[in-house]
Amino acid sequence: MEVWSVITSIIPAAIAYTMPLLMGALGGLFSERSGVTNLCIEGLMLTGCFASATVIYLMQSAGVSYTLAIVCGIIVAMIASALLSLLHAVAAINLKSNQVISGTAINMLATALTLFLAQTITGSGNVTVLRGIIRQDIPVLSKIPIIGPLLFTRTYWTTWICLAIWAISFFMLYKTRFGLRLRACGEHPSAVASAGINVHRMRYIGVLLSGLLSGLGGACILATYAGEYNSTSGINGLGFLAIAALIFGQWKPLGIMASTFFFGICMTIANMGRVIPVFQGIPTGYLGLFPYVATLIALVLSSKKSSAPLASGEPF
Amino acid sequence: MKSKLVNKPLEARKASPLLVSLSAVFLGIVAGALLIALIGKNPVTGFDRIIFGALSNVRRVGNTLGMATQLILIGLSVAFAFKTGLFNIGASGQMLMGGITGSILAYYIPLSMPRPLYLLIIIIASALVGALWGFISGFLKAKFNVHEVVSTIMLNWTAYWLVYDWIQRFIVDPTIVVKSKPIETVHTLRADWLTELTGFSTLNYGFFIAIIACVVIWFILEKTTLGFRLKAVGSNRFCAEYAGIKVNRSIMISMAVAGALAGLAGLTYYCGYSNIMEMGKMPNEGFDGIAVALLGNCSPVGVFFSAVFFGILKMGRGSLAATGIPTEIADTIIATIIYFTATNVILANFWNGRFRKSFEKMEEAVGLALKSQGRESVNISDLSKEERKELQKLGKPMLKEQKQKEKNIGKEAK
Repeated sequence: MEVWSVITSIIPAAIAYTMPLLMGALGGLFSERSGVTNLCIEGLMLTGCFASATVIYLMQSAGVSYTLAIVCGIIVAMIASALLSLLHAVAAINLKSNQVISGTAINMLATALTLFLAQTITGSGNVTVLRGIIRQDIPVLSKIPIIGPLLFTRTYWTTWICLAIWAISFFMLYKTRFGLRLRACGEHPSAVASAGINVHRMRYIGVLLSGLLSGLGGACILATYAGEYNSTSGINGLGFLAIAALIFGQWKPLGIMASTFFFGICMTIANMGRVIPVFQGIPTGYLGLFPYVATLIALVLSSKKSSAPLASGEPF
Repeated sequence: MKSKLVNKPLEARKASPLLVSLSAVFLGIVAGALLIALIGKNPVTGFDRIIFGALSNVRRVGNTLGMATQLILIGLSVAFAFKTGLFNIGASGQMLMGGITGSILAYYIPLSMPRPLYLLIIIIASALVGALWGFISGFLKAKFNVHEVVSTIMLNWTAYWLVYDWIQRFIVDPTIVVKSKPIETVHTLRADWLTELTGFSTLNYGFFIAIIACVVIWFILEKTTLGFRLKAVGSNRFCAEYAGIKVNRSIMISMAVAGALAGLAGLTYYCGYSNIMEMGKMPNEGFDGIAVALLGNCSPVGVFFSAVFFGILKMGRGSLAATGIPTEIADTIIATIIYFTATNVILANFWNGRFRKSFEKMEEAVGLALKSQGRESVNISDLSKEERKELQKLGKPMLKEQKQKEKNIGKEAK
């Protein structure tokens, strides 16, 4: 059946595109829920993408096993992004500076610094890994009719890690004392402070978590579908799509899961449009702008009821 | 009779925005030097090459000013929106839209059209299209409360793909399919006398457009009620609303003007500085403009000078190739400078602290000198400047002596 084959080719790809966005948006969620506006997700993801590309490239060409190299790459990516996010934390929390400007500065710093390092490491500015993660079918589950071919065939193992992190975050935010405090820091920091909790420390944790998760997201982009750190296009504004998904998802874990999946489908259509017969007539340019226009429309639709954390962006 | 100065109560000097900006530049350059040293190259040769590449002869100075042209216009665009409390990081997209408008018109308008009329048409058209692109963000912000940072980024990528398509569709160079057909020189903003004067550099009429824009924006912001309204919205939108200023309209106007300026920057970039457009290339200048605006403290004069400074960095880096230092060092320096202007509190605090310390020292020295002269009852703020200076000179050795004594006592106590 024509339609079914289109769906089975779109959905697994859409899931692959969703995961980095989900991680970026989840990182933004932690940061904004703790009260720090975080517009540097793009820069953090780019750093993650670059750091993992470099580590994986160097280790794989040194003859280390492919999977071990990828695992190391992902860990280094998370650490590198967390370090960069510290810069934002210092500026936003201790120095009480304009968080939008600081975020933009970090985006630019990430772009320039990764390019600078890529030039010194490879000479060309692009870092291409020898092999990314191989897609695998899950043994028993992929045989289930309908769900099997959609969700459990040709999956990356990082997808399951990302989903697990999402579930843990959900639990942490809503079922633990830590989560309650973090959310309270974003709504009414002085109340939290009067209860004897260190608001600055909670916000540092929020920003650091956003660094770790965005780094993971960036590494996922590289290890799954991209396969190279590209100096000219970077990550094509994916970090900003993640922020848009965060707003569209109303700063809630379930919401961002739905909105990132929606953007994932849009991205799939943009990138695979020419392979899918239905979209073949549309020129590349118009397919390319589709996710961004869809995002704008989504933002307009979700603007009426905004449940942004009250104290997000307010220095304490 | 007392002079004017005497009546003023004395207090320590405050750090001026200029000093803070210069400190940020200094720290940015230090960070760049550290990075160069880190990869095992000599920072001094690096900066020497940058200065050489940007300023060593007439043609290079011309090229630097040619590059500064875009940066002035984009810096103005970001600064203007910033005055209304809006952060325009969509200058790249507005620039692309202005550029493609100019390029398409240059391609289709016959060469026989009189040049002044032609120039007027492309200038107005690209400013209008840029304004439209900026207006969309302003409209979304005003009517739907969509954050302008997110919407401008989305519009950047929308413009990127539109231009990708339109180059192919309307103005493609049949021999190189990823670029537009080069525009005839008479259809660009280049002028023969300027080109010859500067030894065939990229300097063009755009530079004058940029200077005029600086004056006009200064006039709007400082001398008109429109400028006052926009600034009022920027400093406190609730207060402005209460005073009867239409906040939503101000936001839309501000973004449209910012867009028009960025559109003009696109015109000067693609139909003056260069004469082709490439497919799939997001102009970096849109983001450099943020640095220009912030470093220039969002004032038109400041924007002009910081744009020239960044022009030097961006043109000079071309000469780095021989030294083996990656040219991206310039972008790293720019980004570091923005980070330090964003965290300007720390710089201002540093300077204020220094000023206070030296002020206190001066007070103490003058006090000691007065004491030695037996005029303890005299108030320091009643002295004239010259008198104070003299007393300070007199008191300095005494202060030193006193400090030494205190130290000795401390040592004995131990």
